Amino acid sequence: MGFLTSFFKRAKPLLQLHSGSFSMDRGGCILATTLPTSFPQSLVLEIGRCVMETFRAGQTAQLPLNELVIHYPGLKITAREMRGGAIVFLSAPNLSTPTQQTSQVL
Amino acid sequence: METHYKILLVDDDPDLLEVFRDTLAMLPSKPEVHTAPSGARAMAMLEADSYRLLISDLKMPKMDGLQLLSVVRRKFPELRTVALTALADEHFRSRVYSLGVDLYWHKPGSEQEMTQFLECMESLLGREYDESGFRGVQSKSLMDLVQLECISQSSTVLRITNGPFVGRIWVNQGEVVDSETEELRGEDAFMKILRWKAGNFEFLPDEPHRPRTIFKSYNALLLESAQASDERSNADTSHNRVANAPAQNGVPRSSGLTEIVNTDCVEFAMKTVAETMVDSRGLENPEYIAGWMRQSLERFHALGETLQAGGLQQITGIGPQRNVAVAQKGGANLCVGWKNTLDATEVRDRMKKLLTLWAS
Repeated sequence: MGFLTSFFKRAKPLLQLHSGSFSMDRGGCILATTLPTSFPQSLVLEIGRCVMETFRAGQTAQLPLNELVIHYPGLKITAREMRGGAIVFLSAPNLSTPTQQTSQVL
Repeated sequence: METHYKILLVDDDPDLLEVFRDTLAMLPSKPEVHTAPSGARAMAMLEADSYRLLISDLKMPKMDGLQLLSVVRRKFPELRTVALTALADEHFRSRVYSLGVDLYWHKPGSEQEMTQFLECMESLLGREYDESGFRGVQSKSLMDLVQLECISQSSTVLRITNGPFVGRIWVNQGEVVDSETEELRGEDAFMKILRWKAGNFEFLPDEPHRPRTIFKSYNALLLESAQASDERSNADTSHNRVANAPAQNGVPRSSGLTEIVNTDCVEFAMKTVAETMVDSRGLENPEYIAGWMRQSLERFHALGETLQAGGLQQITGIGPQRNVAVAQKGGANLCVGWKNTLDATEVRDRMKKLLTLWAS
């Protein structure tokens, strides 16, 4: 049976993937963040850059936006425009957060 | 020549990977078993090589098994998938099956369970894949399912899901007695459900006292449905001929956008393929928004890859004048403008339904 015990794994805590928020000024500098320090700052800057460019491009295209929601299977990014800067919320669905689809199935 | 299928086994525990690799390699079909220690590595391997079966653990760091399986189901729909877990939880099981995964299996804890597991894996390796059809116990067309239930004089409730849409067909002693989906009921709902091209199905316990709203025989219903399908197919052929013909200003006309722009709360709709704007409705200067859509898609596709968050599903924008949603389907990009009275969740839900209808 020693062989079979290797199939079982010790229970590990569920990992919260990149959940948190940060705010960025109009110059692209991070003002405050609640993201874990393990989350690379380069990625935070990249996310901020993408949402702010999209807000600005929207203005140019005569499509002013004050909120953006970007959906990936593993991450939802919600960004709100704030006087040229932005506040960005990241929420990563994981095993402990049921989705709407699941509740329909159940 | 004998075919050796490839299996990709994903788990962050190297010991377990080794044990399962050796065990699976002894299956009668002699598969090639490859291993990946993470979801990201598994994705890279799936991109690089063709696999028959993916077996993934659920609890893994960075990209967990649910995220991996969710991405894989979209990117590699022909790949057989198995979630292998030590979690004995009905909730997770439902979530895994709702992703369209073929099998949810508890990590074997005895020799008997291991034997059963290996037999199932051998069966999955040998099963042929048919792209069309509703996936449940096995792949069947919806017409086949209804016909089988009726011929065998069964009583059951057939529950079908097609993206965000859910439909039910009540069969009582071999007769279709009722159906419903969205706001439709009866024969209209039945015909609408049978138009769906793919999805999942399950059989629910029968409801013998369900009031009857459909009085036609199942043969007549299926015949009408088949005729309607043929008519749609002929209409599509002529529609494509029109759409593919060169039109004025080099822009081909028509792409189903008229139906979209006539939908409740929709203000405009635009379709592009790669960098070419195919069509738009309800916009005076579509090229501006086409440029914004193209840049936004490129930007967030690249970001998704950097973050290893999976393929971009949808971009929703909320503005003081109008809301907008951008998504991709079948190689085309669709941008829909929505009234600004809707919130972000409503825009996302309505866009999902619109995309499903568009694809149908």
